[in-house]
Amino acid sequence: MLLNALLLALREIRRNLMRSFLTVLGIVIGVAAVITMVTLGNGATQMVADQISSLGSNLLMVMPGQRLGPGRDSAGAPRFKIADVEAIQQQINGLKVVAPVVGSSVTLVAGTQNWSSTVNGTTNDYLIAGNWKLAAGRLFSDDEERAGKAVCIVGNSVKRELFGNQSPLGNSIRVKTFDCEVIGLLAAKGQGGMGQDQDDTVLMPLRTVQRRLTGTLDIGSILVSLKDSTDSAVVMTQLRSLMRERRKLADNVDDNFNVMDTKQIAETLSGTIGTMTALLGAVAAVSLLVGGIGIMNIMLVSVTERTREIGIRLAIGALENEVLLQFLIEAVVLSAFGGLVGVVLAFVACLGLSTLMHMPFLFNPAINLTAFGFSAAIGVIFGYVPARRAAQLDPIAALRHE
Amino acid sequence: MAGAEMTGTEMRPQLIELRGITKTYGEGQAAFQALGGVDLTIAQGEFVAVMGPSGSGKSTAMNLLGCLDTPTTGEYLFRGIHVEQLDRNQRALLRRNCLGFVFQGFNLLARTSAQENVELPLLYRGETVDVRHAMARAALDKVGLTGWEHHTPAELSGGQQQRVAIARAIVTNPLVLLADEPTGNLDSKRSYEIMELLTRLNGEQGITVIMVTHEPDMAAYARRIVHFVDGRVDSDESQTATKSCS
Repeated sequence: MLLNALLLALREIRRNLMRSFLTVLGIVIGVAAVITMVTLGNGATQMVADQISSLGSNLLMVMPGQRLGPGRDSAGAPRFKIADVEAIQQQINGLKVVAPVVGSSVTLVAGTQNWSSTVNGTTNDYLIAGNWKLAAGRLFSDDEERAGKAVCIVGNSVKRELFGNQSPLGNSIRVKTFDCEVIGLLAAKGQGGMGQDQDDTVLMPLRTVQRRLTGTLDIGSILVSLKDSTDSAVVMTQLRSLMRERRKLADNVDDNFNVMDTKQIAETLSGTIGTMTALLGAVAAVSLLVGGIGIMNIMLVSVTERTREIGIRLAIGALENEVLLQFLIEAVVLSAFGGLVGVVLAFVACLGLSTLMHMPFLFNPAINLTAFGFSAAIGVIFGYVPARRAAQLDPIAALRHE
Repeated sequence: MAGAEMTGTEMRPQLIELRGITKTYGEGQAAFQALGGVDLTIAQGEFVAVMGPSGSGKSTAMNLLGCLDTPTTGEYLFRGIHVEQLDRNQRALLRRNCLGFVFQGFNLLARTSAQENVELPLLYRGETVDVRHAMARAALDKVGLTGWEHHTPAELSGGQQQRVAIARAIVTNPLVLLADEPTGNLDSKRSYEIMELLTRLNGEQGITVIMVTHEPDMAAYARRIVHFVDGRVDSDESQTATKSCS
């Protein structure tokens, strides 16, 4: 009986290709949409987490101005000087490195190529603080740092734009009025947590930038990298009181500088991405529902034709259970097939999209199972229930069904 | 299924016996009595035409005879078995093993070849592929459709569709062939062809044929005509078939 019903079911599926196709399509769309959205959401979260850790763990950034965000007032706040950096190095314990950074947006020219980028004047410690590695070349020498020589270490994007596939080492880049020799190449890091290209950067000795580009002794920000065992909260408090003291702020005056913990940024961003994933999940759930309604529709639309068919089968001597088993198998086969195609389609789509968006691809078995199970259940229920109702009619009533 | 194994031991086995059959549709005020006490006996091998005006209950009687419907009261004996006491599945098995149906509207499965339509009852009987093929081809041959096995209903004329339906009805070698206005959707030439086919099956295979019709021309092929009026048997006459295939 089971074999018979299977045979009958497969025949019906083949015979009604259009109806079968539409049913399967509904399930495929539902399943694929949900899995793709949730998987990409997870990938984005993972990517942000990776980028945060690529910033360097236990990193504090000290910047002038009151706070980060809209309406921030950094214009009036006094800038840091190199003495501030030295004071931090000397007076606070548990630090790995302290790196001053002064940035300047410039146009770089090499041969016939030009590219707008950011030059960061800093020390070799910047690489440690920012978790950078050299892909080729060397760091700044003491002599170059002290004298402010025209040398630079370029990021991967700058190298790609100016030199293509060739090695930049030994070549020179024209920056405003002076030529600068490339002595090193940074290993690529990819997109930053805010979507910016971290590799679009050029490092020069602090003094070079101060003398030749900004023309002041100001320092834009200070990176403070902590030892692994150090408590960032303690250091933050110490940093704040040190800076308040150095800037001679009275007790009732707000900070005119700002200390940021990358961990805080990471947590904020993760929270945002988490909200996004939840939103995507909700959209996905809706598409699953819409897919389900599509399945339901096609099943219900075919009910008139199928009711007559059931009447014929009953009239020529089919048992109610035989008819039901056939319809159940039909629904299960179509739903399972649609579900599987959906899962495969989602896999391919996720793989393609995550490659396109430079995101990690995280296969999520739970969402695959949930989406598959839900769609298959809808397919089976709405394929089976109308058939059940029809099979319980008197054969003559089913035959007369209009 | 007891019905299939039973053999008639009486001298003149009555195939079908209706005793005081009534059928009421609906309840209370809206109740409508389609049959009001029908007594009818049909013997093995008869060719019976059931006639009567619209609403006389002839189709209702046909559905009851075919175990497609159950009587409200009364007894229906099929080879001595009380059909009115059978449950749905037992009635389905009785249809499967002993009865064949031909409908006015053919009721073939769409997009399904003639061969597969005819094989359908055999599938439910669990016959093997080889047996199904052979029996279906034999049945299609009997109705003169050799060479049309792979055509779907949409590719066949009305007469051909009805012949496929007859092949489907007789493929299981039933005791009784029930035909509800089998020529109702056909022109007169096709109608005569179908009637001659039914007469031949009755004569050569000994299949009992019970046919509902409102056309005297078609009823003329039968050897007995039962007239229904207002849910009762009005007249029951045997006749020498005035028409038959020679």
